[in-house]
Amino acid sequence: MSQMHQQAALPKCPSCAEPVESGDRFCGACGCALSAAAAGRNDTPTLTMNGASVPRPAAPGEHADGAAWPHAPHPDASEVPPRPHVPGTNAGGSPPPPPPAPQSQPQPQAQGQRQAAAQPPRQPQLQPPAHPPQQPQPQPQAHPAAQPPRQAEPQAQAAVERQPQPPAQPPQQAQGQPHRAAQPPRQTAPQPPTQPQAPAAAQPQAQGQDQAYAAVQPPQQAQPQPEPQPQPQAPHPAAQPPRQAEPQPPLGDSPAPPACGVRLDRPAEPDEYPLQAPDPRVAADAAAPDEGAAVCVACRAGRVDSDGYCENCGHAQPRERDHMEQESGPIAAVSDRGLRHHRNEDSFAVGHLTLPDGSPAAVAIVCDGVSSATRPDDASLAASRAASESLLAALPRGTHPQQAMHEAIVAAAKAVESLAEEPATAREHAPHQNAPACTIVGAVVTSGLLVVGWVGDSRVYWVPVDRSAPPARLTEDDSWAAQMVAAGLMTEAEAYADERAHAITGWLGADAYELEPHTASFKPDRPGVVVVCTDGLWNYAETAEEMARAVPHDAAVRPLHSARVLVGHALDGGGHDNVTVAVLPFPAPPRGAGSP
Amino acid sequence: MANFSKSSVPRFSVDVYQNEYLPEDGREVNAIVTVTATGGGTIGGAVAAPHLHTSGQGPSAAVVLMVDCSGSMDYPQTKMRNARDATAAAIDTLRDGVRFAVVGGTHVAKEVYPGDGRLAVADAATREQAKRALRRLNAGGGTAIGTWLRLADRLLSSAEADIRHGILLTDGRNEHESPEDLKRALGDCAGRFTCDARGVGTDWEVKEVTGIASALLGTADIVADPAGLAADFTRMMETAMGKEVADVALRVWTPVGATIKFVKQVAPAVEELTDRRTEAGPRSGDYPTGSWGDESRDYHLCVEVPAAGVGQEMLAARVSLVVPQPDRTVQNLGAQGLVRAVWTDDMAASTSINPQVAHYTGQAELAQVIQQGLDLRKAGDIDGATAKLGRAVQLAGASGNADTAKLLAKVVDVVDAATGTVRLKTKVEEADEMTLETRSTKTVRVKK
Repeated sequence: MSQMHQQAALPKCPSCAEPVESGDRFCGACGCALSAAAAGRNDTPTLTMNGASVPRPAAPGEHADGAAWPHAPHPDASEVPPRPHVPGTNAGGSPPPPPPAPQSQPQPQAQGQRQAAAQPPRQPQLQPPAHPPQQPQPQPQAHPAAQPPRQAEPQAQAAVERQPQPPAQPPQQAQGQPHRAAQPPRQTAPQPPTQPQAPAAAQPQAQGQDQAYAAVQPPQQAQPQPEPQPQPQAPHPAAQPPRQAEPQPPLGDSPAPPACGVRLDRPAEPDEYPLQAPDPRVAADAAAPDEGAAVCVACRAGRVDSDGYCENCGHAQPRERDHMEQESGPIAAVSDRGLRHHRNEDSFAVGHLTLPDGSPAAVAIVCDGVSSATRPDDASLAASRAASESLLAALPRGTHPQQAMHEAIVAAAKAVESLAEEPATAREHAPHQNAPACTIVGAVVTSGLLVVGWVGDSRVYWVPVDRSAPPARLTEDDSWAAQMVAAGLMTEAEAYADERAHAITGWLGADAYELEPHTASFKPDRPGVVVVCTDGLWNYAETAEEMARAVPHDAAVRPLHSARVLVGHALDGGGHDNVTVAVLPFPAPPRGAGSP
Repeated sequence: MANFSKSSVPRFSVDVYQNEYLPEDGREVNAIVTVTATGGGTIGGAVAAPHLHTSGQGPSAAVVLMVDCSGSMDYPQTKMRNARDATAAAIDTLRDGVRFAVVGGTHVAKEVYPGDGRLAVADAATREQAKRALRRLNAGGGTAIGTWLRLADRLLSSAEADIRHGILLTDGRNEHESPEDLKRALGDCAGRFTCDARGVGTDWEVKEVTGIASALLGTADIVADPAGLAADFTRMMETAMGKEVADVALRVWTPVGATIKFVKQVAPAVEELTDRRTEAGPRSGDYPTGSWGDESRDYHLCVEVPAAGVGQEMLAARVSLVVPQPDRTVQNLGAQGLVRAVWTDDMAASTSINPQVAHYTGQAELAQVIQQGLDLRKAGDIDGATAKLGRAVQLAGASGNADTAKLLAKVVDVVDAATGTVRLKTKVEEADEMTLETRSTKTVRVKK
């Protein structure tokens, strides 16, 4: 269900009942997307669901199950296949044949491979150092950890993986899995159950996740959560304290409340900003009815010319892409121009499908156009479309998700490269042109598997429904800063303080040095949501913990609302870049279960 | 509306070069608008358009040649002879079917050919008759250019021609009418026909000749050596014959609250157009560009827009090409260019200067400092002249305007072009100084 919500003027915020100022897209108090108002109401029912969300609570229970999950590790069989692929992927950059056979064996490899794959780029440069350094860093861990460690220690990984998370400590690496090593803390006996749980199943994968989490959480986990894993159910006091506060309350209600606190800081300016990016939806609505008489949203006096500018005041009119929302089955995505950019160069695609075995799956792709290149908006659109089409075609055929993800990224890369051959659009015939380019990040969720893939600095975060469990970042940026840190040349703080920090080292485009799609698969041991986003969001929620705090507790049942809340979080923070976020519940809910 | 069946109007294209990014609070938007006409005319030869003009289907054209017959043309006598030869060469260049006339100019204007207030239609016979008539051209009398132009206007308006053009040759100052008379004549003729002006010898006034060409949207030049007249006249007539569409105006739309700081042609020569605006509907104005053949010209547009917040985008100007029609409607030539303003907090983006804008800003300054330098030199301000011409040398060198650099080197001794260090030459050929002044507005394009 793709929806373009109209912004019905709401006297009150549907979420927190705070009076709303006209023209605002988001509640000044809680940040709830007002445009969602209508939808919000629809969703309201979900409140019940939230209650129902019990499932989440269940999650804990599940965790319990999860405990059972550990089985997963064994079961990996299904998962296993992926890994094999991964390996292929990693290695050749071309996904290895999905052939499941290798399963268990492959797994380890797969992991290693993936990592390798993911890392390849880095590796060349940083990898060696990278791992060690990375480990320290929460983020990198996911990848690095996954990669190096896995490779080294294929199977062992399962155990290792999770463990490494927190402490990305080298020591463990010694074990073979550097990253995991990091986790050691957790791994410490306790967690195995929890963390491992999911991981176990997909060990490599799960581990990956865990690791990721670990990585992200490392701090917390490592320290507080030694026990955390148990937490799944009830957050561990120590680690969770912060989260708990937020999370728990939310669980019950749809409230963006969690976010509320944050949004309070929201600058008051937007209210009456005459030229403020008008809500495209409003404009669209207004314009749609009487085409010929489209009135400028900025001056309200001029007619809008065919080229999209007001014939009176000259202001660019909102474009379709300024704000986009879409729901597809159980998942949703929202993209916004932000407050400081004149156009939205992000793009996304979401879709859901049924796998050959009858189980549900959902797909989300998010792309961020590279502003310094020509036609970045075209690049991101082409990439997201190509990738999602590739996935939606491959998955129903039984292609392993990780293999499919790899192929999807390759397809996206080709789509972007082909743009370089097309003549530039009339608006942008600059003498100096760079080939169109963009980042890509995607996620596939099934009933038991979570696969991510990326090139560039767009990210995937894992946020467990049970906030006592650690969230995690599942991707490793192809960025200057990440490489510096990974190479051990700079501390994370130093690297990210550098003006080059956000320069990306991998992208899709004809001028990309070499396409190195990173993919990884995970077998989470508990329910959660997968947040797929561009840096427009994660700049305002960099660590997994921060992201988890920004994600509403009912995210799994109200993905669209949650995506809006997350976009609101970025806008509240300043909206300096385009913001795009997709929210996917894991495991993929059965058809009809997730969406009203 | 235009009758497209009669002639093939060249296809116009508009390209805009600008840095659209403005800093917060930034208001000034600069853009170079390149207008290119292709598919018409014979200029450049590459796209000679015989296919467009088979069987005399070219745009109907009328040309009046105005030849100075004042007494000074006999000193030296070669001047009159060369003027006659040059006019003959120009007549030979006329395309069959083009209407034409020859006017002899003194303190009054006389029809030399064909007479009776008519225009002749070019063919082998009329060309021969016209050349015979040129023998009657004799020097004697004064100079009142305004009267020549008014006669040319009457003659040109007697025929319904798409392209109406004049070629004017003078060798002396406009001494037998007041500057106001000439100015009024130019005002009356502006927009009615275009005119190239040439000064032969060194006894004419540069500002008079360039002023005529500027007002009538033609070219101005010096032909210091009368022997070079024939070749120059032939070139001018070829160019005139290559014109495909006349009275083209640059229509500039700007948003409410915006002001146009200036509009000027910057290539092939600097021509200020700001004050020549005629309003054309809400927030739009037309700037005359004359007639077009197969050619490309650049315009520098500077607009001040109301400031907007970071992240906002607005259209600062929309540039299109129109041909006003007698019935007050306009024929839109289709092409348009958008000049945008995008506010950003990215300093790197907002502080960079578009290379084209920078280049032409420099070329415009070059023309200006040459004018100022020569004026100061005439006024005896050696220091001031040295500074201005030094700057000119520097600009010409930096922008690759080799022709102008060469002309400058005949007026100053260049010590160091890079820093603009020069010494005024103590002895300067008058022809060199006049050449520099006349051609000071010639620009070169950005090396692509």
